[in-house]
Amino acid sequence: MTEDVARLIGAAIAISVGVLGPGIGIGMIGGKAVEALGRNPEAESAIRSTMILAIALAEGLAIFALVIALIIKFV
Amino acid sequence: MTKPTNLNSEPVADVVAQEAHTEQPHAATGPHISIKPDTLGHVGPVSITNSFVLSWVVFVFFAILVYFYNKQLVAKTKNSFFYTIHGFVKGVYAFFQSALGEKIDYFFPLVGAFFFYILLNNWAGLLPGVGSITYNHLPLFRAATADLNTTFALALISVTYIQYVGVKMMGAKSHVGKFITFASPIAFFVGILEIVSELSRVVSFAFRLFGNIFAGEVLLAVVAFLIPYGASFPFLLLETFVGLIQAVVFAMLSAVLFGLATSKHH
Repeated sequence: MTEDVARLIGAAIAISVGVLGPGIGIGMIGGKAVEALGRNPEAESAIRSTMILAIALAEGLAIFALVIALIIKFV
Repeated sequence: MTKPTNLNSEPVADVVAQEAHTEQPHAATGPHISIKPDTLGHVGPVSITNSFVLSWVVFVFFAILVYFYNKQLVAKTKNSFFYTIHGFVKGVYAFFQSALGEKIDYFFPLVGAFFFYILLNNWAGLLPGVGSITYNHLPLFRAATADLNTTFALALISVTYIQYVGVKMMGAKSHVGKFITFASPIAFFVGILEIVSELSRVVSFAFRLFGNIFAGEVLLAVVAFLIPYGASFPFLLLETFVGLIQAVVFAMLSAVLFGLATSKHH
């Protein structure tokens, strides 16, 4: 295995494992937001902004993994 | 790196690959992607990078916008330009008011500045010409928030300001008492954890913004490389949305943490 191949595999593993957690988290956030919306439809705007904020925070973790993958690949 | 020497074709292929690699900025072999901004030139000891150039373009544009907005603010009859901007600013103000409450007037200058600076820089990176106009075979423009230096500086400002307002509003004794306390062994270790979380906040602020905007840039470059016509459009819309959301997230998190640092804890 040459260094380039090892880099490619390392980057692929970093991003593929790294998005697992945030994927589960974003699914739970979206699901719970829909549940809350069904229970209390008047609070739609508050729920939506909170949901987007929470999703962006969960997505930040995936972005960390992506940055690591890009560093492995390009630096 | 060790190479097998029994293959005749290996060294030749390696040389070709190496040549292709070193010539990458010149030849159109793939999208130009670099994690750090490219240095275009030097003014004295300061190196001028492409993200620095675009951040100045955005700064000048923003200053002109603010100048005309400010002039309209005191004018008797206001034009439609004023109401467009004013409605937007009022919406942002009301949004941050929901997080900060009555402290909004104290914190809005900084939080609003974070929001508008990041938003305009994110969107400036999506304009046509950014990345495609080159100077000495290097892109002339690059979104300032796709540069780790910018986001790190913003994160440092935010986290330092949290400490500053914490000391100013709660008193030095109360604020430092959150981090260093000898009340009980558990409280002591919780204080150490607080210090670590405060430091890691800088990293998470900086990397969240940088990663999102840089990843968007890479995504657009790769999509435009794979399918040159039309396919970039939905991704461009997505990146516009991501740019707005990241500006909101950065400013909102700062606002929430300012609010936390200045309110009494149990």
